[in-house]
Amino acid sequence: MNNVGKNMNDVIPSPVGREAPKDSVIAQETLKMKARNVDVFYADKQAIDDVSIDVGLENVVAFIGPSGCGKSTFLRCLNRMNDTIPIAKVTGEITLDGEDIYASDMDVVQLRARVGMVFQKPNPFPKSIFENVAYGPRIHGLAASKLDMDAIVEKSLRRAGLWEEVKDRLQDSGTALSGGQQQRLCIARAIAVDPEGILMDEPCSALDPIATAKIEELIHELRGRYAIVIVTHNMQQAARVSQRTAFFHLGTLVEYGDTSDLFTNPREERTKDYITGRYG
Amino acid sequence: MMAGAAIPARQPTDWHSDAMQSRIRARYRAEKRFRAYGLFAVLLSAGFLVFLLVTMVANGARGFTQTEISVPVNFAASDLFLQPGDVEGDGTEAALASADIEGIVNAAAIEAYGEDGAELISNGAWIRVRDAIATNPDMLLGQERFWLQASTELDFGSRGDMGDARSARPERQAMVARWDGLDEAGQVRRAFSWTFLTSSDSSDPTLVGIWGALKGSLLTMIVTLILAFPIGVLAAVYLEEYAPQNRWTDMIEVSINNLAAVPSIIFGLLGLAIFINMFGLPRSAALVGGLTLALMTMPVIVIAGRNAIKSVPPSIRDAALGIGASKVQVLAHHVLPLSLPGILTGTIIGMSRALGETAPLLLIGMRAFVATPPGDFTDPATALPVQIFLWSDELDPGFVEKTSAAIIVLLLFLLAMNGVAIWLRNKYEQRW
Repeated sequence: MNNVGKNMNDVIPSPVGREAPKDSVIAQETLKMKARNVDVFYADKQAIDDVSIDVGLENVVAFIGPSGCGKSTFLRCLNRMNDTIPIAKVTGEITLDGEDIYASDMDVVQLRARVGMVFQKPNPFPKSIFENVAYGPRIHGLAASKLDMDAIVEKSLRRAGLWEEVKDRLQDSGTALSGGQQQRLCIARAIAVDPEGILMDEPCSALDPIATAKIEELIHELRGRYAIVIVTHNMQQAARVSQRTAFFHLGTLVEYGDTSDLFTNPREERTKDYITGRYG
Repeated sequence: MMAGAAIPARQPTDWHSDAMQSRIRARYRAEKRFRAYGLFAVLLSAGFLVFLLVTMVANGARGFTQTEISVPVNFAASDLFLQPGDVEGDGTEAALASADIEGIVNAAAIEAYGEDGAELISNGAWIRVRDAIATNPDMLLGQERFWLQASTELDFGSRGDMGDARSARPERQAMVARWDGLDEAGQVRRAFSWTFLTSSDSSDPTLVGIWGALKGSLLTMIVTLILAFPIGVLAAVYLEEYAPQNRWTDMIEVSINNLAAVPSIIFGLLGLAIFINMFGLPRSAALVGGLTLALMTMPVIVIAGRNAIKSVPPSIRDAALGIGASKVQVLAHHVLPLSLPGILTGTIIGMSRALGETAPLLLIGMRAFVATPPGDFTDPATALPVQIFLWSDELDPGFVEKTSAAIIVLLLFLLAMNGVAIWLRNKYEQRW
């Protein structure tokens, strides 16, 4: 385990003898979230052991690893969704734009608006499509008028690539859409509150290949505007959508680097075993 | 597999062997039998229900009508010292009270039907004449024909020989003959009884009404709903969403579950001890009845509410939390609306039980004889099930059909209440 994540400067070296990829190191101006020495305990059981990671605007970060390796747990630390589990305890430091998100003066409710989340199973509210998207802006008071709200909803649905498909039936129930459409609706819902980051927890695992392709395309388009972290079981997907990949195993961050490097030239034996399909 | 153990080679399964075929047939038979048991159970319960409804309606339908006898009253020739001018304005009540209307009505009946004429009309029949005078005083100058409530005896005469011991009595047989004569002359009739729907309890079965009890039940249910629903829902929300998991909350949970199973008469004792003896609230009042029944209904709503809240998919909570909804917003905007149908189902069950509850109301004094409908929540009142209980205890056989009619009213009330709740539930039912 040799504490790969302890010091980020060690983790993101320019490999000697190879040309460093352009986005190898996250530029300071696009750096969004920073995690340092994060441990997570469920009661006595340690689920995450000393993980440090940087997330920037320009790089989609993929978390890969076998089931139960802690990648989803770590993801849920980034917007404090773990707070809803009473026995979960998080130590270490996670910052958003330099603010400690676990500080006592951090408002969790606002944090979750700033760092949105898309879940494994599409979970639209059993309300109309319009209401699904408008809900977030409404509770945060982001729309000054009805017109404003219409504009936010349209823009969010357009950005999520769903507008053309649903513009004539905004009052239909969100649950009546197909799985892929529902997931894009959930992304539109997250976008609508104008977040800084979006965390995606295996967003395509319940979708067919065509719907998956659409979501992946969407992730490409959203990159640069939002800091995106995606957890995936599908290594091809990680390779397709991300610029940087983190490999988790048994609660530790084994390796974190440029996606192209990690898949072609893993530094760790365990990473190599995993991506070549030897376990996991 | 253990090495060395001689395991005989397995024969290929013959799916067409006789043993296999008979096994399949046995399976089909078991299937059929099981279905037949279910059908039998359904038919049996449906049969009981139909039997109950048919008996009730057959007995009770008569309770909504009354036997009436035509009595001509000649006010002008009577010694009723009352002029049309006396019964106008403020003096009406006093003038009517001082006049012997009962006397002239009885006299008119005797004049029309002979010596036993006064026994053919109900003791309270004159009230109808009094009310008629109050609305139209001019009738005092002439003669007027009234349809008045017949006495219980004549009413029984109208039923003919019912083949029981009572019908064999000579006075009953005389009354049957009397009825037949009057019926032929067109002097008696069977009419819908507005009295039954608009008046309250009375010692005379021809004069009783259900309105007082109905209103008492209505007021009681309002108090129960206003208290039990919000308290039950809030308790369910707190226990499900906020309460820490520890010994105290476990104890509260067990207590609430036990409370739902406590015999209702205990709640009556509790209501008597706390609301009447300790707080000094008025006896027999709908307020106290409502409070007592609320104690009984609340645990049912809490249990149903907790189950409903628990069954809201966690993904919906995650979704709302994930875009920055606070806990209260998650509850108010998502969890409660989605669990409302389940909460309402629990409320229907609890309220139905409360509506039909008699024992606790007896203990807090709602079994008193209340001849005027309650004006507000603190007036002496009675409730439908208590009224049914009281009437079923009466000796006068005229109460039998009134009891059945009261049961029909109670069932209709129950139906209306549940109808509203089911309508609400379907309105808020969401699918995901």
